[in-house]
Amino acid sequence: MSPARTGFLSAAALLAARDLRLALRRAGDSLLPLGFFLVITTLFPLSLDPSLSLLRDIAPAALWVGALLSSLLALDLLFRDDGQDGTLEQLALCGQPFAGLLLAKTVVHWGLTGFPLVLVAPLAATALGAPTAAMPGILAAVLLGTIALSLIGAVGAGLTLTLRRNGSLLALLVLPLAVPVLIFGARASALAIAGESPAAPLYLLAAFSVLAATLAPWALAAAVRIGLE
Amino acid sequence: MAWVWFHKFGSPPHFYRLATRLTPWFGWPALLLGVAGLIGGLWLAPPDYQQGDGFRIIYVHAPAAWLSLMVYTVMALSAAVGLIWRMNVAHAVAASCAPIGASFTALALVTGMLWGRPMWGTYWEWDPRLTSELLLLFLYLGYMGLRNAIDDTARADRASAVLAIVGVVNVPIIHYSVIWWNSLHQAPSVMKFGQPTMPAAMLVPLLLMLAAFTLFFVALLLTRARGEVLRRERNARWIDEAVAGARS
Amino acid sequence: MTSTHSIAQFLAMGGYAVYVWPCYVLTALVVGLNLAAARRLLRQAQLEARRRIETRKSTASS
Repeated sequence: MSPARTGFLSAAALLAARDLRLALRRAGDSLLPLGFFLVITTLFPLSLDPSLSLLRDIAPAALWVGALLSSLLALDLLFRDDGQDGTLEQLALCGQPFAGLLLAKTVVHWGLTGFPLVLVAPLAATALGAPTAAMPGILAAVLLGTIALSLIGAVGAGLTLTLRRNGSLLALLVLPLAVPVLIFGARASALAIAGESPAAPLYLLAAFSVLAATLAPWALAAAVRIGLE
Repeated sequence: MAWVWFHKFGSPPHFYRLATRLTPWFGWPALLLGVAGLIGGLWLAPPDYQQGDGFRIIYVHAPAAWLSLMVYTVMALSAAVGLIWRMNVAHAVAASCAPIGASFTALALVTGMLWGRPMWGTYWEWDPRLTSELLLLFLYLGYMGLRNAIDDTARADRASAVLAIVGVVNVPIIHYSVIWWNSLHQAPSVMKFGQPTMPAAMLVPLLLMLAAFTLFFVALLLTRARGEVLRRERNARWIDEAVAGARS
Repeated sequence: MTSTHSIAQFLAMGGYAVYVWPCYVLTALVVGLNLAAARRLLRQAQLEARRRIETRKSTASS
C-alpha cells in the first residue's frame, strides 16, 4: 500500500469492492438467507387452511417474521471471515474512520442479503395472497425494513464477535431491538394489502431506519473494537 | 471541584467504604415506608368504585413496573459512565443492576397478568404496557446473556455497556411503537379506575410503596456493587483493611 | 375509613383474593430473594478476598 493518504471514500469503495468480490466467489453463502426466507414464507401457507382470505391476513406476519429470521441467519456472514483472518484488526488500525469502514461492510452485506429479499418480496407476498396493488407499499416497507435490520443486526454481530457461534444469543440481543421494524413493517404491509395508504407506518419505519443509520456506525465501531482487544 | 468528587467516587476503596456506610440509610427507611404503604394500601384505602378490592394489586404492580424501567436507565447510565471514563466501579454498578431489574420486570409482568385476569377476563392482553414490559425483560436477559457469554470481565463490561446504551435508546421507541400498534388493534384497555382521579387515601400508599421500592433498590444495588467491586479488585492493597473488619 | 370489618373480610379482598394475595406473596418472594442473593454475593466476595489475603500472606512469609 502506498504511503500516500487514500481518501476515505476511495478506501471505503476499495473495501466494498473487495467484500463483493469475496462474497461472489462463494455465492451460495449469500443466497442461503434468501432461500431461508422463501422457505419460511412458504411454510406459513402450508401450515394453514388453503383458503386464500386467511392467508392474506397472515401475509404481513409471515413476510416479516421471515425477513427477521433470514436477516439473523445472514449476520453470520458479516464479520466471521474477516474476524478470523485478522482483516478486521487491519481495518481498525489502518487510519481510516473505523465506523465508516464498518458501515461500508454493512452496506455491502445488505446488498447481498437484504436487497434480494426486497426483490423476492413481491413473489412471496403474491404467494401469500396479496393483491398486485399492494406491491409498491410492500416493496417500500421491505426496503426500509431490511436496511434497519442489517444495521441493528450488525451491532449485534459486532457484540458477539468473539463468541462461539451462538445463534440464540444473537437472536435474543437483536430481536427485541428490531421490534419497531416488525411492527411498522407489518402494519405497512397490512395496509397495502387492504388497499389503504401505508404512508404513516412507512414514515415511521423510515424515521427508525434513519435513526439506526445514525447510531449504528458508532455502536458498531465500539462493539467491534471491544471484540478485537 | 465536582470533578475531583466524581473521580473520588470512582475509586474502588472510596466507593466501597461509602457504600458500606450508606446502605442502612436506604435499607431501613425502605422497610418503614414499605410497611406504611402496605398498611395504607391493604387496609386504610377504600375499595375502588369499579374494581373493588382487586385494585390493590397496584400497590405492588406499579412499583415493580417503575423499578423495571428505572433500573434499566440506571444500568445504561452507569454503563455509559464506565465506558466513557473507564471507571471499573461504574461497570460494577451496571452489572449489579441487571438481575435486580430483570426480577422486578418479571414480577411486574406476573402481577400485571394477575390483575388483568379479573379485569379483562384473560391473563394476557397485548396491551402496550404488558407488551413493552415483556420486551424489556428480553432486553435484560440479552444483557445478562451477553455478560455471561464473555469470559473476560473487562471485555464483558464494555460489550454489555454498548448493548445497554443501544437498548436504552430503543426502549422509548419500542414502547411508542407498541402503543401505536395497540391503538390500532383494539380499544385502549388501560386499567381505569372508577374515580376520575385517585383520592388521597389511595394515592398516598402508592407513593409510599414507590418510594419504598426505590430505596430498597438502592440498598440492594450498593450491596451487590460492593461484592462486584471486591471481586474485580483482585489484588489491590485496600482490600486487606476493607475486608479485615467486615463481618463474615 | 377502613374498608373491612373482620379478618375474614380482609382476607377475602372482596372476592379477588385469589388474584391479590398471590401478587403480594410473589412480591415478598422477589424482594426476599433479591435481598438474600445480594447478601450472599457480598459475603462470597468478602470470603474470597480474605482467602486471597491469607494465601498471599502465607506465601510471602514462606
